[in-house]
Amino acid sequence: MKKLATIALAGSLPLVMAACEVAPKTSEQTGYRGTGGNQIYVSDELDMPDVPAPPYELPEDTGGPRASEVYENVQVLGDVSVDEFNYLMAAITEWVSPDEGCNYCHNPANMASDEIYTKIVARRMIQMNQNINQEYGDHVGQVGVTCYTCHAGNNIPENVWTLPEDGGHPSIAGDLNGQNNPVIGTGYSSLPEHAVAQYLLNGDSLDGIRVQSNDMHPTDNDTTTMDTEATYSLMVHMSQALGVNCTYCHNTQSFGDWSISGPVRSTAWYGLQMVGNSNEEYVTPLTEWFPGNRLGPAGDPYKINCTTCHQGLRQPLGGYPMAQDYPALWNYSAPNAPIAPNMRPDQVRSPE
Amino acid sequence: MAQYQNIFTQVQLTAAPEMGVPTADSDLHRTKKATFSHWMGLVGQAQIGPIYLGWLGVLSLVLGIIAFEIIGLNMLASVNWDPVMFVRNLFWLSLEPPAPEYGFSLFVPLAEGGWFIYAGACLTLSVILWWVRTYKRAAALGMGKHVCWAFASAIFLFLVLGFIRPLLMGSWAEAVPYGVFPHLDWTAAFSIRYGNLFYNPFHALSIVFLYGSVLLFAMHGATILAVGRYGGEREIEQITDRGTASERAALFWRWTMGWNASMESIHRWAWWFAVLTTLTGGIGILLTGTVVDNWYLWAQQHGFAPAYPDTGVVDPASMGSDG
Repeated sequence: MKKLATIALAGSLPLVMAACEVAPKTSEQTGYRGTGGNQIYVSDELDMPDVPAPPYELPEDTGGPRASEVYENVQVLGDVSVDEFNYLMAAITEWVSPDEGCNYCHNPANMASDEIYTKIVARRMIQMNQNINQEYGDHVGQVGVTCYTCHAGNNIPENVWTLPEDGGHPSIAGDLNGQNNPVIGTGYSSLPEHAVAQYLLNGDSLDGIRVQSNDMHPTDNDTTTMDTEATYSLMVHMSQALGVNCTYCHNTQSFGDWSISGPVRSTAWYGLQMVGNSNEEYVTPLTEWFPGNRLGPAGDPYKINCTTCHQGLRQPLGGYPMAQDYPALWNYSAPNAPIAPNMRPDQVRSPE
Repeated sequence: MAQYQNIFTQVQLTAAPEMGVPTADSDLHRTKKATFSHWMGLVGQAQIGPIYLGWLGVLSLVLGIIAFEIIGLNMLASVNWDPVMFVRNLFWLSLEPPAPEYGFSLFVPLAEGGWFIYAGACLTLSVILWWVRTYKRAAALGMGKHVCWAFASAIFLFLVLGFIRPLLMGSWAEAVPYGVFPHLDWTAAFSIRYGNLFYNPFHALSIVFLYGSVLLFAMHGATILAVGRYGGEREIEQITDRGTASERAALFWRWTMGWNASMESIHRWAWWFAVLTTLTGGIGILLTGTVVDNWYLWAQQHGFAPAYPDTGVVDPASMGSDG
């Protein structure tokens, strides 16, 4: 009996291994045979996630009054019909503040007022959303994005990042060199932790991402192995964000060679540009509007990376084209409209 | 029932300890006592000691311990001297080399990589002193110097990684960090930076010799254990006799693969494979970044890399659009 118990106990040991995934898998060949170009997914993951339906069926735009003609202080969505404006407001409430409702951004006594900072942020985010759908078709295609892609019913998207605190360490105490710490962002490796901050802060911070030389003999490429670890770390981030491995985009024979890479690598390249641009043009300029509890330790707002939208899926929301139901999010009507023409950062307050 | 009669040594002799042959300097540096351990006797000789340490051995151990302490204390400091975090994150912790801006300067602030240089210096001296020791002990016993030259091959790879290549590249930043996962991440990043180390022919040779060493070790170890029931471990004295363990071992391989190594030459095979593993590996590392910057391109140029069909994907950065 004791022997039987021992055997049963030993036999059940594999079940406690967290890395083992027993669910059925789907295998898919994505690259040339023999290059390891295949992806293995848990079959359930391929099902569409639940996406909230539109609040109601959007009436056709018959050229009726525009939002700016009916409501005061409509800066960004002034050109859309009143119907669509209300439709979009209802949807955004569902996407971003389902519990708090309209009052998360609006003063119910004066809906036009910009006194709550979240309304100002929302304006800029709508501009960002339009900019992404309009300018980054190479990444988002016809699927597009909505607020829900990132927010998923949360005031703040679940996957965001801020800059690390100043790493100026006078001594060795507590100095991990920004790496050597098992965190999820690096896949629990000892790679640099802040690759996202290094490469996705703004549009030109991607400059150092390419490490390999284009000549076989040494030239002026002074990229070090240390620098390479940062690129490697960003790639781990992308891999985790999409739930894929390196060969989803690359032929590992040569990571740098585009001519043997898969087409999705190109999609990813535009994605990195998109994220950098969105952080630089849309998120960082909002810094002064945020209250202290919405800023990171270095005093910067929560920014986006690949996981913010993808959340572990190759295509956010399983590729469901929900943005198609919201034409106003594609209309690039007022890209440079002021987000708070009558307000100063010291005049705004948080929602109650 | 299978018999694994050689997992542990079957017979242990207990007698007056064998104190070793007298040498000219034996009184000076050889300890005077010896003892017996049953447990050590199960896996080797039961006799412990005497040991010949000498000033080379003492100095080598001291320098080795200093290096070990520098690395360990730096790791402990990096988690704010928290012993729990130290144990929990030990495999992730590291003593990192100086950043590229310090070049190959010897004068780097301790907290910025100076400790790395000191640890490396102590470890290098320790290893070299231990090498001299193996040389001198072999000489004292009238042996060949095979052990020290094999050891030297390993030291060569160690020095290439931590000193010679950083010197040629002009930057300590090129050295390998002291840490379990950090040095593995370094290895992966090194391969990526230089266009895939698998296309470095010396790396390929090193792998051949490494795996070859494993194969040879398995073949030789298995052969000797398999004839242990005939006293096969007493190799040389059996060579000339019929029906001995040695003859059976030789016949086994001649009948299996048509040819056999001899009792002496199998050790030459093993020695060269082991020595060439680190020697070719060291040459491969030494050429990387100094002579060849992208091994994939090098291998394409030399017909060494297989060509896969063009996927038609074009670098978006080359298409005149930044998105």
